[in-house]
Amino acid sequence: MSLIRAENLSKIYETGKIKAEALKELSFEIEQAAFVSFAGPSGSGKTTLLNLIGCLDKPTSGILKVADKNVSHLDRRMAASFRGKTIGFIFQDFNLIPVLTVYENVEYPLLMIQNVPSSERKGRILALLDAVGMTEQKDKYPDQISGGQKQRVAIARALITSPKLVLADEPTANLDHKTAYMVLSIMKKMKDDLGTTFIFSTHDQKIVSEAEITYTLEDGELTGREVRKIHV
Amino acid sequence: MFKLFKIAIRNLMRYKRRTLLTASLITIGVVFVLVFVSVSSSFKNMMIGQVTDSFLGHMQIHKKGYVASIESLPLTMSLGPQAIKKVAKAISEIPDIEVHSIRIKFGGMFSNFVETTNIRLNGIDPAEEIKTIPLFPARIIEGKKIIRKGEILVPELLAEGMKVKVGDTVVIIATNEDGSVNGRQFRVSGVVESVIGPGGRDGYIHIEDAMDILRMDEMEISEIAIRLKDFDKLHEVSSKLNDELSKELNKKGKPKFEVHTWEKLHPFYNIARMIDIMTFFIKLMLIAIVLISIMNVMVMAVYERIREIGTIAAMGTMPEKILSMFVIEGFSLGVFGVILGNILGIAIIFILNIAKITFNFGRQTGLLLSPTLHLQDVLVISIIVIIISVIASLQPAYKASKMEPIEALRYV
Repeated sequence: MSLIRAENLSKIYETGKIKAEALKELSFEIEQAAFVSFAGPSGSGKTTLLNLIGCLDKPTSGILKVADKNVSHLDRRMAASFRGKTIGFIFQDFNLIPVLTVYENVEYPLLMIQNVPSSERKGRILALLDAVGMTEQKDKYPDQISGGQKQRVAIARALITSPKLVLADEPTANLDHKTAYMVLSIMKKMKDDLGTTFIFSTHDQKIVSEAEITYTLEDGELTGREVRKIHV
Repeated sequence: MFKLFKIAIRNLMRYKRRTLLTASLITIGVVFVLVFVSVSSSFKNMMIGQVTDSFLGHMQIHKKGYVASIESLPLTMSLGPQAIKKVAKAISEIPDIEVHSIRIKFGGMFSNFVETTNIRLNGIDPAEEIKTIPLFPARIIEGKKIIRKGEILVPELLAEGMKVKVGDTVVIIATNEDGSVNGRQFRVSGVVESVIGPGGRDGYIHIEDAMDILRMDEMEISEIAIRLKDFDKLHEVSSKLNDELSKELNKKGKPKFEVHTWEKLHPFYNIARMIDIMTFFIKLMLIAIVLISIMNVMVMAVYERIREIGTIAAMGTMPEKILSMFVIEGFSLGVFGVILGNILGIAIIFILNIAKITFNFGRQTGLLLSPTLHLQDVLVISIIVIIISVIASLQPAYKASKMEPIEALRYV
């Protein structure tokens, strides 16, 4: 069963009289519990596509369904609510909240978005922090941990609400190779353990090969789809 | 909610210097307003006390039209025995009135056997008068503090000008209601201090002497001064008394009596009003300080945290929660400034009281400034500051809540 279905998905940016076609009639399907990457050079439309899937932006035309919901025309509040329940985000710059500790950063979505009671929160947070190997650093602030550790916290934060889908835009771009592979292996492990679909974008060919399915984007068009057998 | 406060306080502590600077600006504003309110209200209350307790009384009752002609002290507008009874009955029915005293006011000639000048006199019942205006004995700067029949209290300036001393004999000549002239000798029992306002430079004799010199067969008085148990009920009692006395009509069908509070009898009321207006403008300045400083800080906070706002919005935080995060931050800043301001303000007022600062007002010297702060003032000022802090943070908070996550995440 497909988690994401896109049909003739287009996105055009208009600035005055200038029109830029960022995505051109893309059609694809992504299954549940898949580990997918979108690869391509800068400006190929990777981030735009992730923004559409993440309900952060609306397509100009076409249909986009995420978890059986047509997200093409969601208003602000509905989109926020949908994101809070269904999607987790991992950012290139980690985007942890600097005034919150590691524990509190992971707690944030449960507390501020899903209003989960404190008795339930603690166990879930500690389990996830353990899974990403950040238990010992739980009381540290983001400026007291390394880039790789920050991204591990970001993974835990993205997964804490048990979303069906996690979107990661260039999650390894700011990490060295060793740390990047470690972060990807954690993402894969979480996908296997929790059955969460991971979609990430990258322009790094070595990182691309870590995905089970890789879609290649060039100038806003899907130019390739490669399926790999991954041995964990 | 607790977590929102925790995040707000941590965000405020993130920029310690800026937070402290803004909070100290609010603190200075609160301190300034508290000290001004306490000092000005202390000055105002003291002056009102001087006016009402040393010669005027809290309120007065006259025959209709008397106050309009008060400069000539007309004997033709007096209250006769029947009128006095009616007023006394109305007064006795109002439990908030503590005491009242009757006065005969008239003008006359004052002679020390060498020189003659004019004088305004009050015929009083000394025992009742002291109860009605308890600061009256303090105004007697020379001689006995009590007045007996055959004695006169001479106003200070007149005593100086006419070179009259305690124990001297003087003559008072007055024209009575019929137009005939009568004179009597009096012994100067004391010199009474002059105060600002109508009646502040009057002399005093016993009411029976006044009746005698004016050849009254039965008592006809010019005014009744009233003292209340609780000064704060001034307008309530005035209104009650007015309602009661307005039932008494003259031949023209108009009320026989008129009731005046001290405010309508003394020019200090205008100064008191000016103090109130100044206090209002000082509060407005405080509002402006709080509004500008908090808005400034919150606008900066929003601009500095655009990517953070984008992140939490992308994760699914609802706009109203983002709004409340920033509003709570402004609120916390306001509360912090208010608490500091109240502590410092109260400390300064305490020090002012210990310092026992005195000042002069007109001819009155050595008046002790004793600033007092009412809980109501502290609460009103604190609530104003906190509400303004919330209002000031609303605009930046609204802007933050309306940010498109995709644009906020792109912000560098």
